[in-house]
Amino acid sequence: MNAAAVSGKTGSRAGLALAAPGKAGDRVFRLLTWLMAMVVLVLLALVGWTLCKGSALSLSKFGWHFFVHSNWDPVNGDYGAFWFIYCTFVSSCLALLIALPLSLGTAVYLTELAPGWVRQPAMSMIEMLAAIPSVVLGVWGIFVLVPWLREGPYPLLVKHFGFLPVLRGPTTGFCILSAAIIIAIMILPIITSIAREVFRAVPDSQREAAFALGATRWEVTRLAVLRYSVRGLFGAAMLGLGRALGETMAVTMVIGNSDKISTFLLAPGNTLASKMAAEYGETPLGLHLSALFELGLMLLLVTVATNILARLLIGAMGARQPTGTGAP
Amino acid sequence: MRIVTHQTTLAAILGIAFLAGCGQKGSEQLLLNGAGATFPYPIYSKWSFEYRKVDPTVSINYQSIGSGGGQKSIQDGTVDFGASDGPMSDENLAKAPGKILHIPTVAGADVVTYNLPGNPTLQLDGPAIAGIFLGKITKWNDAAIAAQNPGTRLPGTDIAVVHRSDGSGTTFIFVDYLSSVSKEWERSVGRDTAVKWPVGQGAKGNEGVTEQVKQMPGAIGYVELVYAVQQKLPFASVKNAAGKYVAPSIESVTAALATAKIPEDFRFSMVNAPGEKSYPIAGTTWLLVYQKQSNPVKGKKLVEFLKWAETAGQAMAPPLNYVPLPDDLSKRVLKEIDSITY
Repeated sequence: MNAAAVSGKTGSRAGLALAAPGKAGDRVFRLLTWLMAMVVLVLLALVGWTLCKGSALSLSKFGWHFFVHSNWDPVNGDYGAFWFIYCTFVSSCLALLIALPLSLGTAVYLTELAPGWVRQPAMSMIEMLAAIPSVVLGVWGIFVLVPWLREGPYPLLVKHFGFLPVLRGPTTGFCILSAAIIIAIMILPIITSIAREVFRAVPDSQREAAFALGATRWEVTRLAVLRYSVRGLFGAAMLGLGRALGETMAVTMVIGNSDKISTFLLAPGNTLASKMAAEYGETPLGLHLSALFELGLMLLLVTVATNILARLLIGAMGARQPTGTGAP
Repeated sequence: MRIVTHQTTLAAILGIAFLAGCGQKGSEQLLLNGAGATFPYPIYSKWSFEYRKVDPTVSINYQSIGSGGGQKSIQDGTVDFGASDGPMSDENLAKAPGKILHIPTVAGADVVTYNLPGNPTLQLDGPAIAGIFLGKITKWNDAAIAAQNPGTRLPGTDIAVVHRSDGSGTTFIFVDYLSSVSKEWERSVGRDTAVKWPVGQGAKGNEGVTEQVKQMPGAIGYVELVYAVQQKLPFASVKNAAGKYVAPSIESVTAALATAKIPEDFRFSMVNAPGEKSYPIAGTTWLLVYQKQSNPVKGKKLVEFLKWAETAGQAMAPPLNYVPLPDDLSKRVLKEIDSITY
């Protein structure tokens, strides 16, 4: 705190000394960058406004019923989004359930256990996974993942876990669970890299203290590192969730695009994003288009809210870091 | 070095701008903008290419953004012509600032394709197809299918229905047909470019449906004739209104067009057309233009292009697996085009 104040003072003193010859230039520079920053905010506002305007017809016709009612019937002009909301949350949460242990394991290995020469290359590889375009993963999903799941793991799942009400067949492979697996692959990199940052922010004194008490590697990780990072990890998971909710292209390609309600994870479904992506192009003006807009509005609000929550959590984690009271 | 590169770039940009300016002034290019349906995109882009040889002063820019987008664009007046696989509704026509004409250009058909051991040529009637897509017929060896296919070995496996996930003209033709042969379909599902499917899963585009049908044993779906021929898919012969099983082909769709009843405004449906040789799951696609053109120069060129498309342009349809309009229909359409004022 003190150090920051001092450096701030010296900083402004240096600024004063430099400012004399080009104060006007600085002002222009500030204005320019401010304008650029504003463009982003204005864009976000414009998108929100367009979605609100586009969905006005649907909002006024269905009101809150739109969210709890499940039907999508362009012929009779009746729309309700419950099924899409359900699919969006189920596929995203399942994806998180799959991705989180994998990401945490990877991050723990990379920060706590891996030899130095492995860390950077491994992290680069994981980040490259994030660079695969969604549509490419989707194609891989259609041609490789889905046929494999249909022939191998899914029949086994049905055979051994068929007693669970959510795992019934027959399945074509294009289903909510396949979508969740694809989403999990897509959110792995972001969760892993944030989790790694969070672990790296754990002060070494924490680890040293635990070691000094005679803790094993596992105990150090569990008590000194994981406990200390809970909130940050929660933020990482939320950020992953935020991304999962909006995943569109690859999901559209493997989820089976069906509006028929089913509680089975092996049945086809449709998320908010996949429904919009699939139907937008050929939708005529009117209530149908307006209902699609409302799906978009919901998706925007949900993802923005998730992201804000995640940032807050990660931010809170950062603020807490120097006090170092996380470990017992 | 760096300065040199910048200068070269600048020179290049200026050069391109200069050339572009010259090009526009030199030949007095007139741009006709169109947007809409994806189904006729191959033939429209062929027309756009060929028409430059007919009238070098006109260049036609067609964007396949979907039938809905085509209807919206013409309604908003952001294009010179729209294109749609389904006719515009009375409601949307009334919202447009002027009278919009439906100009039929070419016809096409949907085929019923499937994935069965040995891929036999099936024979199906309307009620059986409707039953499958309603989820009432769930096994391949169901009596309703077996009775029409004596001698064909049908497995006792589940039928996996694949439909389009995107709204499309292909879907419109298919559900229009199902509505005309099944009261239950008409009552519980109805006709539109996207409907509430009682059963099955969705795939995007003809290629998406094809891929899923090819991949899943026991699957059934519908795709455009053009696509099925190119991909050499197995497809069913369908029982027509005269009680005959007819395979989809350019000839059998031409036969359907010849016998279909076509109203004055050309917003017609040609599914389940009478006649022994008619293939029943067929439909047409339209260009949408304002009857009163606001720009005389553009209006004149647009009318010329439309007339060319209905005459010389028709010969380019069959090689692309589209069905040209029969002569008497062409004559009626040309008369409609003559009613455009500019």
